[in-house]
Amino acid sequence: MAEAQNSPVGSTTAGAIAVAAESTVATRMSAPPSFAVTDFPVPHGREEEWRFTPLERLRGLHDGTAVATGEGVKVDVEAPEGVTVELVGREDARLGRAGTPVDRVAAQAYSAFEQAGVVTVPKETVLTEPIRIAVHGEGGVAFGHQVIELGAFAEAVVVIDHTGDAVLAANVDYLLGDGAKLTVVSVQDWDDKAVHVAQHNALIGRDASFKSVVVTFGGDVVRLHPRVTYAGPGGEAELLGVYFTDAGQHQEHRLLVDHNTPHCKSNVVYKGALQGDDAHAVWIGDVLIEAKAEGTDTYEMNRNLVLTDGARVDSVPNLEIETGEIVGAGHASATGRFDDEQLFYLMARGIPEHDARRLVVRGFFAELVQQIGVPDIEERLIARIEEELEASVA
Amino acid sequence: MATLEIRDLHVTVEADNATKEILKGVDLTVKQGETHAIMGPNGSGKSTLAYSLAGHPKYTITSGTVLLDGEDVLEMSVDERARAGLFLAMQYPVEVPGVSVSNFLRTSATAVRGEAPKLRTWVKEVREAMERLNMDPSFAERNVNEGFSGGEKKRHEILQLELLKPKVAILDETDSGLDVDALRIVSEGVNRVRETGEVGTLLITHYTRILRYIKPDHVHVFADGRIAESGGPELADKLENEGYEAYVKGGASA
Ligand SMILES: Nc1ncnc2c1ncn2[C@@H]1O[C@H](COP(=O)(O)OP(=O)(O)OP(=O)(O)O)[C@@H](O)[C@H]1O
Ligand SMILES: [Mg+2]
Repeated sequence: MAEAQNSPVGSTTAGAIAVAAESTVATRMSAPPSFAVTDFPVPHGREEEWRFTPLERLRGLHDGTAVATGEGVKVDVEAPEGVTVELVGREDARLGRAGTPVDRVAAQAYSAFEQAGVVTVPKETVLTEPIRIAVHGEGGVAFGHQVIELGAFAEAVVVIDHTGDAVLAANVDYLLGDGAKLTVVSVQDWDDKAVHVAQHNALIGRDASFKSVVVTFGGDVVRLHPRVTYAGPGGEAELLGVYFTDAGQHQEHRLLVDHNTPHCKSNVVYKGALQGDDAHAVWIGDVLIEAKAEGTDTYEMNRNLVLTDGARVDSVPNLEIETGEIVGAGHASATGRFDDEQLFYLMARGIPEHDARRLVVRGFFAELVQQIGVPDIEERLIARIEEELEASVA
Repeated sequence: MATLEIRDLHVTVEADNATKEILKGVDLTVKQGETHAIMGPNGSGKSTLAYSLAGHPKYTITSGTVLLDGEDVLEMSVDERARAGLFLAMQYPVEVPGVSVSNFLRTSATAVRGEAPKLRTWVKEVREAMERLNMDPSFAERNVNEGFSGGEKKRHEILQLELLKPKVAILDETDSGLDVDALRIVSEGVNRVRETGEVGTLLITHYTRILRYIKPDHVHVFADGRIAESGGPELADKLENEGYEAYVKGGASA
């Protein structure tokens, strides 16, 4: 893969750094954020936020025709001692505090869920074992809401694992108290037919750090919308993502980091590999530095490795800066093809084709995987990447 | 004794929807311990010969044979050729992001030797080989050829040559882009391998400069896709004085 922006056929990379008096991130949306589904028109596909998404494959999540069924998803929470795990009603004050739905499917999920899960790590509690939330698709339609709240100076790792088959729309809220440290790994390891649309809202307290790791392998359509805002200065967000998009899959990651508070940091790194006909990966990285957010330090990057013909990548980093009083701001996006010359070079040194491909793809992901910091997830991820490659070579 | 035999090799490439014949009947035999210099003007097909021997997929062999110790090289995949003992030091070595030199060298040595080299002796072997080529140890942790200067890429190719110990080494313009110091270091590397007497060397070059360091047994003039003239080292002196003019204008004078 070339260093420079190197876009194979069937890819777009449109980057922008705008110095604006007012954000266009909000005005690009077809309606302002709202908890009510009726505040959003049914999308047609030409809207800025829907233009890459195959609406006809959302199984009605976007137009109100999807109705929750009995066997939607089964959720199991495994939590170490000291953690509170609750199911609460819609009126619970903690719901929706981290963020408001920004599109119709997120609002649909908010309007339709019956009970929400709330996992609380009390203040100053430092967990040594991860909290594991298993979301298993049982073949039906489900609307979900999950809150994960860390009190001040609490520390936790949460692994949310999506498997099975389902049509799921959900909102996940992360509330970080002052000085809290939260790592969340969201794994989308769905069966082939699953449809998963979710908004993740993180509200990061003063001096708190949030690390989100999004790992997407499975599903027919996966469209995730991780969003970060800060509740006080000194907050840090690290958003890491790995995806492996196969033939026919649509995997879309739309990120927003809203630097609404001074002296906060964010670092976004997403990497994806694609293989097979009509594999489609979309990455939208919106970073907004508001006028009041002096001292901001932010960087975002997306890289894609296209392993075969017929795959398509749309990668759009978008950085909006409303103040010049910042530490740093940058973005990068590159899409490269798995290069036959690289393959030839490695094979000309005796390395069999299969091993050569593996070497290059592993190398592509290695640095990012090492940053995850959750050993069993790192191992599983490497194993899954190998599996995907086996499938491609076979 | 290892022998590479090239007989009547014809090679085409697809360019602009047309098939273009580039090699028009190459005959050459390289025996273990021998060094053959192939010299010729730009575009005469020298790299095409090198790539075709290594099995690059862009080149189509339309007729002819290539045998290594009697084995049909043209039937082998690229990696099989390398494991059979062919080595191509490339004119333009390829960058492989995300793959470290140390990982690459070890994977490659494992493949070519048929077993993983013992870690302790291997580390020493690589370190010493790098020292001899004046390569900083930090190169081991860098990605293959990524951000290497032209001269560093060439040294890295010769490092691989020394570690992989092929039967036949094809060096495609290993001298181009090197300053005098680098040329000497790289040539010494090639000579160390030659002195083992176990490698046949096909030294492809445009200039006679490298032949002051690496003394060929045979010199061939390559022009318009075939060998136009063969001789001993004295042929190089003639080329030095007269250039390739006689071969490009009036056609081959075999
Ligand atoms: N992949 C290719 N596609 C199209 N044309 C090619 C290709 N490879 C080689 N050629 C053409 O074949 C001819 C011989 O090229 P080649 O690179 O083998 O020459 P060379 O003798 O190595 O030249 P140089 O001294 O410049 O390295 C040239 O006209 C070149 O343009
Ligand atoms: Mg050449």
